[in-house]
Amino acid sequence: MAIDTLTPTTCYHCGNECADGSFELDEKSFCCTGCKQVYSILSTNGLCNYYSYNDHPGANRARTEKRFEYLDNDAIIRELIDYADKDKTVVRLYIPYIHCSSCIWLLEQIHKINPAIYYCRVDFIKKQVNIRFDNQKISLREVVELMADIGYEPLISLHDVVKDQVLGKKDNLVKKIAVAGFCFGNVMLLSFPEYFGLSGYEQTFRHFFGWLNILFSVPVLLYSGSGYFVSAWQNLRNKVLNIDFPLALGIAILFIRTVVEILTHIGAGFADTLCGLVFFLLVGKFVQQKTYYHLSFERDYRSFFPVAVQAINEGKETPLPLSELKVGQRIRIRHNEIIPADAILLKGDARIDFSFVTGESIPVSKTLGEVVYAGGRQMGEAIELDVIKPVSQSYLTQLWNNEAFTRQQDNRMRTFNERVSKHFTVILLLIAFGALFYWLPTNAGRGVAAFTAVLIVACPCALALSTPFTMSAALGVFDRNLFYLKNTAVVEQLARIDTIVLDKTGTITVGGSSGITLHARLSTYQKQLVHSVCSNSGHPLSRQICELLSEYQRLPVTSYHEHPGSGITAYTDGHFVGIGSGEFINTDKAYSQKETATRVHLKIDDEYVGYISFEQSYREGLKEITGLNDRYKIYLLSGDNDHEREALLPYFKESGYMQFNTSPQQKLDFVKSLQLAGRKVMMMGDGLNDSGALKQSDLSVAVTDNVNNFSPGSDAILDGRSLSKLPQFLKFSKNTVSIIHASFLISLAYNLFGLSFAVTGKLSPLLAAILMPLSTATIISFTSIATHLAANRRKLL
Amino acid sequence: MSIIYFLIGCSILLALIFLGAFFWAQRNGQNDDLYTPSVRILLDDDAPEAKK
Repeated sequence: MAIDTLTPTTCYHCGNECADGSFELDEKSFCCTGCKQVYSILSTNGLCNYYSYNDHPGANRARTEKRFEYLDNDAIIRELIDYADKDKTVVRLYIPYIHCSSCIWLLEQIHKINPAIYYCRVDFIKKQVNIRFDNQKISLREVVELMADIGYEPLISLHDVVKDQVLGKKDNLVKKIAVAGFCFGNVMLLSFPEYFGLSGYEQTFRHFFGWLNILFSVPVLLYSGSGYFVSAWQNLRNKVLNIDFPLALGIAILFIRTVVEILTHIGAGFADTLCGLVFFLLVGKFVQQKTYYHLSFERDYRSFFPVAVQAINEGKETPLPLSELKVGQRIRIRHNEIIPADAILLKGDARIDFSFVTGESIPVSKTLGEVVYAGGRQMGEAIELDVIKPVSQSYLTQLWNNEAFTRQQDNRMRTFNERVSKHFTVILLLIAFGALFYWLPTNAGRGVAAFTAVLIVACPCALALSTPFTMSAALGVFDRNLFYLKNTAVVEQLARIDTIVLDKTGTITVGGSSGITLHARLSTYQKQLVHSVCSNSGHPLSRQICELLSEYQRLPVTSYHEHPGSGITAYTDGHFVGIGSGEFINTDKAYSQKETATRVHLKIDDEYVGYISFEQSYREGLKEITGLNDRYKIYLLSGDNDHEREALLPYFKESGYMQFNTSPQQKLDFVKSLQLAGRKVMMMGDGLNDSGALKQSDLSVAVTDNVNNFSPGSDAILDGRSLSKLPQFLKFSKNTVSIIHASFLISLAYNLFGLSFAVTGKLSPLLAAILMPLSTATIISFTSIATHLAANRRKLL
Repeated sequence: MSIIYFLIGCSILLALIFLGAFFWAQRNGQNDDLYTPSVRILLDDDAPEAKK
């Protein structure tokens, strides 16, 4: 490996750089005790193959805290496990770290470490493990701790979204397709003799084949096609005419006419058309149901809140399920834990990362007695807090009590299919009855034949297939460009958007420390001085400076003073170093420049040497998005103060399109007010504070840097790297809608052709059997080729 | 030509067996995870010599 030759001291386990060679075992170096420990567990159990499948497969274990006390609580265990009897427990755990073949291998060998676990299967795509263990010999907590010990810590949250994914629905559809396909194949075989013509002495078979055809049609009608009847009936009761109604009508008429024709020996019936129709329709449905197992579109605060919290009662710490957390309860939040409810800080140094909430990843310091809002992650030492609001009533979580979250999603835009099928059904019925009454006075039999033929031939199979096939092809194109849509209907919604609302932090800005720049000419020695001083401080900005200068060696620091809110002074290696705000450093030069971003000034030995600026850097795609200004109204909503107004002004039309200091509720209300003004709003956000606005909007897009990480509930998840492609996405979605319109015209042409035969009452089964698959094949090939071409034109392939 | 009755009976029976097999596989969860087995087959059962 190239990495190995360039930097020979990378950790054997995780591949991080080893700062010093103090962690060694079996002539292998490690970056920290955690990694070394994992290696020693694996080597004593003969599991070192883990390292031979991939280089550095492990997760960094520099921080190892075990806090699974809550897994001793019976109520919590019962929530988590799938099945348990008196000596066996089955549980499915979600492990986000699963990423390579080594992971699969190791997890499936876990019984070698502890034989009480006798079955462990990894589902790589879903990042899940299915574990069966002997609950007499090992507890759930011990299993989870063992997995955490070898670097695979399961993510256990209040609302286990991964488990909620319904598999049953798709599973059922596959079975229905299997039955329909089976019957379709057999019926076709049995229908061929009829189409090719049977000679006189073969006429005895006709009756036999006919009966078999009826027999095969029954399961197709009753099992595979049952969904269409149920849906059509439900829609009729709600006084809606959707596409399922003509489909169900067509299927029913096909069956009845087949049975009548065969029983009365007047014809061969349409059994193969019936089976083929249902088969293709179900395949269309299947194609439409694309599932992203690694993504979840339904997340809310429960998906990432912990299951339990450490409660302090009379000086003793006990795990308490979150649902039992009451106002006035004293809780202890340790490093990297999430604060589950609004609380007052009582003890400890709170440095809280609100990136889940706001998208801002620089930790915020809190002082004693201050209210800390739920959703923040403590980054420092353990703190003690006093709960002032129950979990569901907190500043953040009460957003979920808003009606936007409780009402059904009926305000969503209706798809083309829904709109057109209503008219389609009415016209179809008019033609059918017209044909019936035209022939009825002269020839009743022919009238009925024409009536049924119209309903058969105009059955909107191609129409019903055009949307799923176009949309699933489009979904694949979006998918390839790191834009993941919840379902196919979202593509059409995307095409109809006319207003875009952007969140600022995390959505158009990049989180993390990428925006730090050093505006000072420092020698290596001076950099060492600054690094040494900052490494003593826990202030968020100091930590970022340390990251920036991490390659420089530290020197001994004497007489270190931290002045809260202004800066640090210290003597390092005999030199005075001052680091802090402009007022604190108190030099003319520090004032000479206008402060547009956060700056930390540096002074070494009475000499002002420069400053370090912390600027928010914007995502690359911002310019492209704002290039849409002439066709879309683009708004910016930010929970922050407006010190970036100037910097952002060039991107937006005018100052009025930007709103600062908005609360989560105000964001929701803003989107609502746009909708009341008749706009179709697309909301793009990334944090839980955008959840309300996302939910309220016509189309919600969560922007994230890592799609496996937390993102709020939304219709689509966009990888931050693809933000620049948004204009292309919007154009492409419009193209796909045009493709659906075009394929609708094609299917209409087929229908008209078939109808010209049908109204005369002389539709032969052979013609129907050819027309139906032919139109289906045309639609499928047209939609997939056209979508491909459109994607090519928008440079999305 | 009455052999046709027998042959068609056989072919339908055979097809039904396959349909049944598919249903069994589906219920058994054999199609639930279509990716992991492709990786798993490349992993050895017992210790290959460690690389390097």
